Amino acid sequence: MKGSSVGVFALAIAVAGCGGGSGSASENGSAAEALSGEIVVDGSSTVLPISEAMSEEFTAEHPDVRVPVAASGTGGGFKKFANKEVDVSDASRPIKESEVEACAANGVEFIELPVAFDGLTLAVNAQNDWVDHLTLAELKAIWEPNSQVRYWSDVRPSWPKIEIKLYGAGHDSGTFDYFTEAVVGSEGSIRSDYTGSEDDNTLVQGVAGDKGALGFFGFNYYVENKDKIRAVPIDAGRGPIVPSEETIRSGEYSPLSRPLFIYVRRDAADRPEVAAFVEFYLSNAVEIVPETGYVPLTAEIYDLVAARFKKRTTGSVFQGGSQVGMKFEEILSKETGEQ
Amino acid sequence: MVSAGIVGAKATGLGVWRTVRERTFVIACMFATLFALFALVVLFYGIVRDGWGALSWDFITNFPSRRAAKAGIYSALVGTLWLMGLTTVVTVPLGVGAAVYLEEFAPKNRLTAFIQLNISNLAGVPSIVYGLLGLTIFVRGLQLERSLAAGALTLSLLILPVVITAAQEALRAVPRAYREASLAIGATTWETVRDHVLPQAVPSIITGIILGLSRAIGETAPLITIGAFAFVTFLPSGPMDKFTALPIQIFDWASRPQAAFHELAAGGILVLMAVLLLFNSLAIGLRLYAERKIIRL
Repeated sequence: MKGSSVGVFALAIAVAGCGGGSGSASENGSAAEALSGEIVVDGSSTVLPISEAMSEEFTAEHPDVRVPVAASGTGGGFKKFANKEVDVSDASRPIKESEVEACAANGVEFIELPVAFDGLTLAVNAQNDWVDHLTLAELKAIWEPNSQVRYWSDVRPSWPKIEIKLYGAGHDSGTFDYFTEAVVGSEGSIRSDYTGSEDDNTLVQGVAGDKGALGFFGFNYYVENKDKIRAVPIDAGRGPIVPSEETIRSGEYSPLSRPLFIYVRRDAADRPEVAAFVEFYLSNAVEIVPETGYVPLTAEIYDLVAARFKKRTTGSVFQGGSQVGMKFEEILSKETGEQ
Repeated sequence: MVSAGIVGAKATGLGVWRTVRERTFVIACMFATLFALFALVVLFYGIVRDGWGALSWDFITNFPSRRAAKAGIYSALVGTLWLMGLTTVVTVPLGVGAAVYLEEFAPKNRLTAFIQLNISNLAGVPSIVYGLLGLTIFVRGLQLERSLAAGALTLSLLILPVVITAAQEALRAVPRAYREASLAIGATTWETVRDHVLPQAVPSIITGIILGLSRAIGETAPLITIGAFAFVTFLPSGPMDKFTALPIQIFDWASRPQAAFHELAAGGILVLMAVLLLFNSLAIGLRLYAERKIIRL
């Protein structure tokens, strides 16, 4: 159900972005008014570097505010979020229906805010000279449960009969959820005989040390290891696309470019330090996000997201399946219309 | 073996065979020792090579940062020291108390045998299970949230079985004659334990505590399970404050894509090892001191 929503997101937000936002809604400009308190951030380890950087910069400006950041994983973060133990939850995928229900059961409302893009990169060994690109259908055939693909020649007959060794995210990560949903078509289903790890560095090492390897992990892990591994261009029906900052941002690399989110608890957003932190997050993302190795949204979209926060719009645009993209577009344009 | 020995003693031909077997055994044992040492040396060499460059005074006194060049382990180091201190405070009285009760006071019946069996089993439970227990009881049940107190109590649960078992063995090693002599001149059991049995056992008890704390200091899984933070730019000022610890900081850096953070992780490991060695030498000093006191008695 949610399968199509992942790809739609980039388009929806880009279309809505054309409406344009009227300036940054985030300048609180009240540095004189001393903020204090504690903001608990937890969730995806993928988003952790971004939230860390924001915590670092924000607490430098507001020394009396403490912003500790933890990384319990997207799912673990949402569990604590629903339990009111977390103010801001980092997520590398949209919130799931079951998690929305858990929040509702505890009376927790949330504001969903996209903060950056990440590209899932499929990488092969540097010595692999036969793979020019892979189509989405080929990827599905390789990774789906009970896949019959054992050798590269099973993917395309012209490729050598070298055993294909697979490396990918372990089951506990949002990356795993996203990849299986976008490539295999249903969340959580994947062939069982691949090497899984929660540590992307392990996956990079695996691919770098094995001529027949194919692995998937975050784009920034590929960028840091370009000398050892090669990114495979992915053809999702619009020709082979190489993952790069541009193709990830523009949505060309869809469906393997994914949005990263923060979810803010509605009642926490009433605390001045939390509101200031989230506004700081959104208004500084354009500069800080690239420093952490991720791809920022455009300034216009950050304005739209900031407007969404300013209005304290609760709920997820990903609820209710594939028509979601439209709904998000409607919400954003409505917000901009009223500004 | 016995019959082979007798035969060997009679026939010199077999005597040579015995010597060969003995030599082989010694060489095998030496090889096992060297293998363990070799693995340790390789590991240590790798960490020193990667982490030496990261070490500096700034590294010790800076808070973590997204810029590797500016990042330090101050909050993690202080967090670990807090954790170790609090864990010791909780573990020592509980652990030694339980051991004294079980060895000196408890009746030997099925119930105490059952408790004993459970303590031995608890020592083998994976640490993440203690993390889950800590999350349920301390973080949520007692509403300690993700504080140092919750972390220290969780680590205490983790090492209590080790400490209790070691303390029991120490008490058991005190000769029975000491107790009998004390009781014979009219001392109560409590006086006997306080003045004669415990002082004799202290050095071995300290060894048990060192073993327990050495395990606790490197534990990552239970701390992550109770929700310890990965990025903290303040120092805890009391047991109810939020915290991070060295293993968590190291884990965080090691999982980054940038090589500069991997260097920081190796530097963090060196600091963790230094803290561990410091703790151990402190405890060994205490132990020597306690032993000397016994000899004077």
